[in-house]
Amino acid sequence: MEMVKELDPALIKRKRNGQINIKSGNKMDAVVKWTIWVLTALTILAFFFFDYTGLQLERAFTDTLHNIRVMFLEPGLSHFSWGEAFYQVGVTLGLGVLATIFGAIIAFFLALMAAENLSKPWLSNTVRVVVAFIRAVPTVLWVLIFAIAAGLGSEAAVLGMLFHSVAYLVKAFSESFEEVNPGIIEALRATGSSWWHIVINGVLPSTFTYLLSWTFLRFEINFSVAVAMGAAAGAGGIGFELFMASGFYFDLREVGFITYAILIIAIILEVISTRLKERYFPSSVKTR
Amino acid sequence: MSLLKVEGLSKFYDGETKVLKDVNFEVQAGEFLSIIGPSGAGKSTLLRCINRLVEINEGKVMFNGLDVGAMKKKELRKLRTNIGMIFQHYNLVPRLTVIENILHGRFGYKSTIQGVLGRFTEQEKEQAFYLLEKLGISEHAYKRCDQLSGGQQQRVGICRALIQEPKLILCDEPIASLDPNSSKVIMDYLKSISTEMGITCIVNLHQVEVAKEYASRIIGLKQGEIVFDGPSKLLYGEQIENIYGIESRELITV
Amino acid sequence: MDAKQMRKNKWQTTIFLILIIMITYLSSFITKFNLIESIATIPAAFSWIFSNLLITQESLEKLPQILEKLGETIFMSIAATTLAAIVSLFLAIMGSKTTKVNQTFSVIARFIASFSRNIPVVAWSLILLISFGQNSVTGFLALFVATVGFLTRAFIESVDEANQSSVEALTATGATYFHMISKAVIPQSLPQMLSWILFMIETNIRSATLVGILTGTGIGYMFDLYYKNMNYNLVALITFTIIIAVIAIELVSNKIRRVIL
Repeated sequence: MEMVKELDPALIKRKRNGQINIKSGNKMDAVVKWTIWVLTALTILAFFFFDYTGLQLERAFTDTLHNIRVMFLEPGLSHFSWGEAFYQVGVTLGLGVLATIFGAIIAFFLALMAAENLSKPWLSNTVRVVVAFIRAVPTVLWVLIFAIAAGLGSEAAVLGMLFHSVAYLVKAFSESFEEVNPGIIEALRATGSSWWHIVINGVLPSTFTYLLSWTFLRFEINFSVAVAMGAAAGAGGIGFELFMASGFYFDLREVGFITYAILIIAIILEVISTRLKERYFPSSVKTR
Repeated sequence: MSLLKVEGLSKFYDGETKVLKDVNFEVQAGEFLSIIGPSGAGKSTLLRCINRLVEINEGKVMFNGLDVGAMKKKELRKLRTNIGMIFQHYNLVPRLTVIENILHGRFGYKSTIQGVLGRFTEQEKEQAFYLLEKLGISEHAYKRCDQLSGGQQQRVGICRALIQEPKLILCDEPIASLDPNSSKVIMDYLKSISTEMGITCIVNLHQVEVAKEYASRIIGLKQGEIVFDGPSKLLYGEQIENIYGIESRELITV
Repeated sequence: MDAKQMRKNKWQTTIFLILIIMITYLSSFITKFNLIESIATIPAAFSWIFSNLLITQESLEKLPQILEKLGETIFMSIAATTLAAIVSLFLAIMGSKTTKVNQTFSVIARFIASFSRNIPVVAWSLILLISFGQNSVTGFLALFVATVGFLTRAFIESVDEANQSSVEALTATGATYFHMISKAVIPQSLPQMLSWILFMIETNIRSATLVGILTGTGIGYMFDLYYKNMNYNLVALITFTIIIAVIAIELVSNKIRRVIL
């Protein structure tokens, strides 16, 4: 190893003040930096656009702490019974189940149309654009819009929740379909199988567990969506009871009880879906 | 006084499996020592006991007259700045540039704030470029590390160790993931580090041939015990077979 | 696969299908859901949508007001997401098994994340509404708490995925814990984390609409107001602006993702 006397100045990048630069200055770093700066600036700006009507920050915080203490340490029921509580949780779960199962059935057919390896480009692009459009509308707006046509109740809630479930599952399902080994499809095509044969004998068996896992992951999301629809769109279930307890009766103990009930179900669902993910999904796939 | 002294060193995981059993040896400043043995013999653990990346269970490791096992956090940091380390998988931060990775070697000398803000002096940066030039990869200084070949990444690893201005460099299987050509380049650089800069090197290897070619002294490790310790020219077929057991012939030809 | 195995699989599938049908039936019963009736309403609903949800010249006059409220909602989601991201970063570093300081902090961090994630954002907004009142801060805090829960879990995954070996290398040079976090862990997981933040901003704009209906703020309030007044032209306009905003943000974040990942 010979000693180097002089450094080649052409190889060293310097900043404007003559200091040696150690960052590469590539596009990726620049975009990361800019994204962070823009988000920071927007966050600071945001507080000037807020509506602070009737806000007394200090009192609000101490009140909230007190409320949370009452809620979580002294939960109780006063406006309905344990049996009623179970029934309402059941209604919320039921709404989630219905939206998930119907959503999965519809999404399966749409995903076949959206998957690039099973469909024509124009069809797959059309489905994708429609799905992106559906996803952009918040679920609660779908539910409320359907409520006008179908009347408030489980029908409007399920139909409204269906839209997002379908949009979510089409994306997940079609990505699973696209990962099917092309060899399987080619081999079946070579035997002269029809498109439906390919789907039922080639695509479905190799993706079935993925589809089921994704469907369950969506059920986990749909449970909390169903709670929200109960509270914001009058769809019934435990969400509606939560809305009544906090907004009409101002009964903190009951709010605490309901929150616990939701928390327990949500944690059970999360534990199951984490297991499913660890078992069936490679590390690259995550919940969306 | 020897630079490094290992006395009765033992290490076990989960309180049961003994990885190292009563290991004793001394290393003089400027030596080029190679530790050989089959995989699972405890070579990596032995190296990591020296800079305490792995806690010592029994026995003593003395570096420069100081007891490594008894060091507090601050002394341990100081010890680690004096000991460079080179890894089988280079262990660079993939998304950062070559020059940033090299400067990571200076963290031992920095306060937390200086390090987090990435405040390096011009001298340090120039030193980094000198080292890159020396190892013949200065044209890659601003590339991301994951864009370099294995041999080039290992040279970045060597630069990172050298910029620490260490007294000792520990090399854990430095050529195990490299092709024969890059292996030779890396071993030549390591050899010249010890002869020209006088830095002591301890190199874990599993290829006996390479160890015999480069090291002046060899320690053979088998199931956590030293079974050979002496000049490399005294390591013959019989001892090699003893170190590697029955599989020796396969391993030597690899 | 032999014949016996196949027969067994067939049985499993049949039982599984029967189970699904039973659960569906039970759910319809308990929620008083009528499949036939709801299928029948779909055409009616769509014809209603196409004949009533029309943006008229008259409704466009309200556009500046709507955009102002939409802006408030977007700002609220961005602020809640970025501030939550900062908190989540700390929680994730404490909670990840590779960077945790000690077991107790790790458990606490994971507990906070799980607690705030599993209580739905509606529940948070109703709880906060009681003492904070009808203003943006209520919605902001509700989104913030829920986002902290979600992002902490995502960030823990990103930190766990970061290359462990470079952390070891930095420790070996004598670097301190914070050197290691800031120069080995964060540079590796930052792009992944940013991608999650962008995803969360999109999600939060939709959630903010919901929160707005409950807390009487932002675009959600506007929607609720005109919905109840049965001014469907304005309902259509508001929905349309939300769609545009969400799709625009999605396009921008996809562009950013393509460069940084």
